[in-house]
Formats: sequence, structure tokens, C-alpha cells
Amino acid sequence: MSTFVLLTITGFGLGAMYFLIASGLSLIYGLMGVLNFAHGAFITVGSYGTWWTSEHVFDGVHSNLWRWLLSALLGLVCGGVFAALVELILIRPLYTRHIEQVLVTVGLQLAFVALVRGIWGPDPKTFVVPRWLHETTDVGGALIPNDRWVEIATAAVVLVLLQLFLRRTRYGLIIRAGVENRAMVQALGIDVRKAFTLVFAIGGVAAAVAGVLSGVYFNVVGPEQGTSLLIFAFIVVVIGGLGSIGGSAVAALVVALTQQYTNYYASSGIGDMVVVLLLGVVLLVRPRGFAGAVVGARA
Amino acid sequence: MSRLNRKLAGDWLWPVVVFAALAVVPKLDVSIPKLFDQPLSSPGTLALLAACLLYGALALTYDLQFGFTGLLSFGHALYVAIGVYLSNIAITEWHWAFWQGILFTMGVAFVLANVLGYVSLRVGGIAFAMVTLAFAQAGNVLALKDPHHWTHGEEGLGADYTKLPQAFVGIVNTRNLYWLALAFLAFVFFVVRWVTESSPGRVWQAIRENELRVEVLGLRPHAYKLQAFVLSSVLAAAGGIVYMLLYNGSTLSVTEPTFTLTLLLMVVIGGAGSRWGAVLGGILYNYLDDRLVAIGSSSAVHGLPSALRTPLEQPLFLLGVIFILIVMFLPGGLAGLANRARPSGLRRLEHAVQTAPAVAEAREDT
Repeated sequence: MSTFVLLTITGFGLGAMYFLIASGLSLIYGLMGVLNFAHGAFITVGSYGTWWTSEHVFDGVHSNLWRWLLSALLGLVCGGVFAALVELILIRPLYTRHIEQVLVTVGLQLAFVALVRGIWGPDPKTFVVPRWLHETTDVGGALIPNDRWVEIATAAVVLVLLQLFLRRTRYGLIIRAGVENRAMVQALGIDVRKAFTLVFAIGGVAAAVAGVLSGVYFNVVGPEQGTSLLIFAFIVVVIGGLGSIGGSAVAALVVALTQQYTNYYASSGIGDMVVVLLLGVVLLVRPRGFAGAVVGARA
Repeated sequence: MSRLNRKLAGDWLWPVVVFAALAVVPKLDVSIPKLFDQPLSSPGTLALLAACLLYGALALTYDLQFGFTGLLSFGHALYVAIGVYLSNIAITEWHWAFWQGILFTMGVAFVLANVLGYVSLRVGGIAFAMVTLAFAQAGNVLALKDPHHWTHGEEGLGADYTKLPQAFVGIVNTRNLYWLALAFLAFVFFVVRWVTESSPGRVWQAIRENELRVEVLGLRPHAYKLQAFVLSSVLAAAGGIVYMLLYNGSTLSVTEPTFTLTLLLMVVIGGAGSRWGAVLGGILYNYLDDRLVAIGSSSAVHGLPSALRTPLEQPLFLLGVIFILIVMFLPGGLAGLANRARPSGLRRLEHAVQTAPAVAEAREDT
């Protein structure tokens, strides 16, 4: 029983990271039709930004908690700014040419991983985090590492904030309308390109949050970490339905829990295979995913 | 008559001349400073050139589905990996004869390409890219976790050299491996040329341009796309077997998603939808990937400030940047550049059609 509790809560923690990555990917695809491979780079910007500022800017801060929080905040800013610049410089000139946009993000992702490895080396880096994050809490006999709670809480907050933003603000309205029917939004005289940059920035910040949390979850950050998380985030996006935040949240949990349970109860690696099969089944039976636009309708 | 001669020359003369010229390279005992460290006929240079030729061929198999049929797959590595791993597992782990291993590998590749192609081609565009990525990822996980102790996970699987044809074993025989890679490239080149100029091949290119139109004409795009996918995948698996011989075993890197992405880089840099372009892209990419590392670790570069040195030491950074620039500013890649310099009949016609309305408008204005 205690193993089951541990697997479940760890699954929620992993799902939290999948959700943070997938939410941005899903919005970007839903609005712009771009499958953003560079999202892996956004994750890396977040995690390395946090690590670098923690080592070079806030190394004088004595409280580990504040040092971690302040550097994470700067990491998130880096992620958002980087993502917005990617949209402005690389994506916008290729407007409506979806395949070329995907190709550019693929090139950026490969080049960026190589650059990070060139500058900071292939070895993983460790974060300075408050000590209690590495301690455990007893839940019904299961010893749960405390960082899982942080991951789950952060993802929940981001989910609520995103939903509030999308449902209560004018820009949220434009984004939701754009996902539904971009041509109609443009026909109404709204400059939908501003929304593109905004969605990229939001996706970049969310991915950077995932980067910071992955540094806590795996204890280290490495140049290739973003890429490996990205592939499962793609699967989450497709299963959840493109353009749907709620769908991404549900799918992130389904994928992460399936992975955790099967990897433990069946055999290591089987969980990843099952998730891939799940993707195949969902695409063939219900190409819309749980919720959202038809996959490939724009392509 | 002269037109027939010209067509013959274009169709056969140039490819044959190029491949024949490449075939005598192992006999040339000349050194080309700067380009290669060792003489052309040395095993080190021949191994590099053989890898370049093989990557040219693999890029061409990818171009068959991406450039000619318009299928953006992120899972081509799966079929290369089947060639690399299955042929090796058959001889090294199951102790089969080499030819049995080859037959089995090609059979599995053919069946799997049909099944997975049939399934994944039910969706199009980006969704197709994702499904193929997921299938390839499954292959990667399988090779990594190694449930049957066949692939040996991250260690990779060295080939049992007693089972390999002896002509391809050992450093002395590097020239044979070079000829093997060259023969494979020539084979893929002529097959791809033959099919892309056949009538199904023209349908593939029509699908790339406008799938709906093909459907309206009463043809079934799914069947045609599956043909292109299966042919491209089976050729990739054959290339995988050559890879296994060339590198004397199997390593996990061929199963990774990045492997497909590098093939995509090669094709786009060379020119998607162009046979010579894809081959050239593959050769150039692999050559630069190898040589930039050598330049990056040379003493001349060590003196440079780190801001300049780092990108040079990471060839993938430079190649990725080149790739982005080509996508943004040079659609058609290197092959497109050549075409632009020397307008062919079709391009001249296109140009005339495009400028005609502008000329008419200008006349109306005056």
C-alpha cells in the first residue's frame, strides 16, 4: 500500500512537470499551428538560468530558500524573454509556413543543446535548494520526498492562473478565440500576432518553471534533460487535445501515472512503451484527444 | 537525335562519371592538406569518406518521403536502427549465418514499415510526425532497456566478426567498406531516380504539392503514401546493415530521435526534393561534423577566446545555425542555390509566367 501511495504521489509530481511543458506547447500549437521543438530549449533556459544566477548572482544570499526562490524567479524571466525573442526573430518571418516553422524550432533545439554543452560541459549541475526539500514526509506509511509537494502545488497554481488568464482577461479571450478560429479573429480587426508573442512568452515561462522543478525532481540539471522531457510532453499534448489546458492537465496525470505504475509493477521501460501505445490508440480512435482541436487539421 | 543524346548524358553520363571517379579514390595515394589529415588511400580517410557516402544514401532515403512525398517523419531512425541492430543480433546473439540475418532483417523491416506506415498514415501533417516520433521512441526504449539481453543497452552490441563476410573485417579492408558504401549509395540513387520518375513517383510528388487534388483525380493518396513510406523505410534498413558493417556493431545513437533530426538537417541543407541535394547534404554534414571536431580541438583554435572556441568545438551548434539560416533565407538548400544560378527550362517558364501579369499591369499604367 505504501508503495502505491509513493508511486501515486511521485506520478503526480512527474505529471506536474509534463503539464507545465505541455500547457505551453498545446497553446502554441492550438493558436499558431507550430509544433514547437524549441520548447526543450525553454526548459533548459529555465533550469540553467536558475543554476547560473544561483551560483553567480545570489551566491551571497545566506538563506537557501531565498537564494533558490530569487534565482528561480530570474530563471523564469529568462525563459519568458527567450521564448518571446524566438517568436519574434525566428517564427514570425515564417508566418503561415508551418513545416518551415517546425524545422526552425528543430534546428534551434539541436543547436541550443550543443551550445549549452559547449559552454557548461556535458556534466549535470546541482541546485542549491532548501534542505527540507530533500527530506521526506510520512503519508500512511509511505515516505514521500518533500519536493513532490512543491511540484504538485506549483503546477496547480499555474493551472489556476492560466485558466483565470484565459477566461477572465481580454487577451485570454483573444487567445481562446484564436484557437477556435484564427481567421475570424483577424477578420474582426484584432492583431492576433501580439497574442502569438504572448503565448510564446507564457509557454516559455511555464517551461522554465518545469525546468526549475526538474532540477529539484532529478536533483540535477543537464543539457539533454529538456529533450527527454519534451518527448513525453508531446505525447501529453496529443492525448490531451491541442489547445486545451484542461485536457493537458488530465493527460499529463494519465501519462505520468501510467508510466509510474507500469514501470514499477510490470518492468522498467514497459511504462514508456505503454504510453506510446496509448498515443497511437488515441490518435487513431479519437484524433481530437480528450478535448481540443483536430490534430493536423491545420497542417 | 541530339536531344536524345543530351537526355542520355543527363540521365546516365554524369552519375556514372561521378560514381566512377569516387570508385578510384582508394587507389589514389595523394594527400589533400587541410581537407584530410591523411592521404586519400589511408584507412582513416577512407573510413570517414565511407561514412559520408553512407550518410548521403541515408539522407536520400529520408528525402524520398520528406522531399518527394511531403511526409515529415520524425521516426526514420527506427528503420535504420532495425537494420543496424537486427542484422547484428541475428549473427552475434542468435549465431545465424550472415545472409540469413540480412534476409530476416529486410523481411522484418518490410512488414513493420507496412504495419506502422498503415497506422500512422491515417493521420497527416504534424500528427504524422508525432506518431512516427512516438514509434521511434518505443524502439529507442526497447533497445535501451533491453528486456531480452540482445541489444546490451547503453554499451551497444559489437558484431561477432567471425560471422561477417571476411572481406569487410579489419582495417586492411577499409577500402572494401568504402566500395560497399559507394555501391549502396549508387544503388539507392538509381532506385530513387527510377521510382521518382515512374508514374507512382509522380503521384507522390503530386501529393506533396496538393493532396486534395490527387484525391479529386480519383487516386487514393493513402496507398501511394504507404508505397513511398515502405520503400524509404526498407532502403533505410538496408543502409542500417551497411552501417553495422562500417562501424562493426550497433550503438544506441542510431535509435535516438536526434538521429532522425540530423537526417532532416542533411536533407534540408542539401535541398529537399532534390536527389543530388540530399546526397550532397548527407556527405557535407557528416564531413563537417567530423572535421569541425578536429578543427575545434586543434591548437590554432585553442588560442581563440572562449566565445569563438565553444561554437567550433560543438559542430552541432554550427550545423544547427546553418540549418536555421537555410530554412529562413535559402529555401531549396544548396541544390536550390545551384538552380537559381542556372535557370533551367522549367524555371524560366515559371519566371515568365510570374512576371507576365506585372508587365501587363505596367503597360496599363502608362
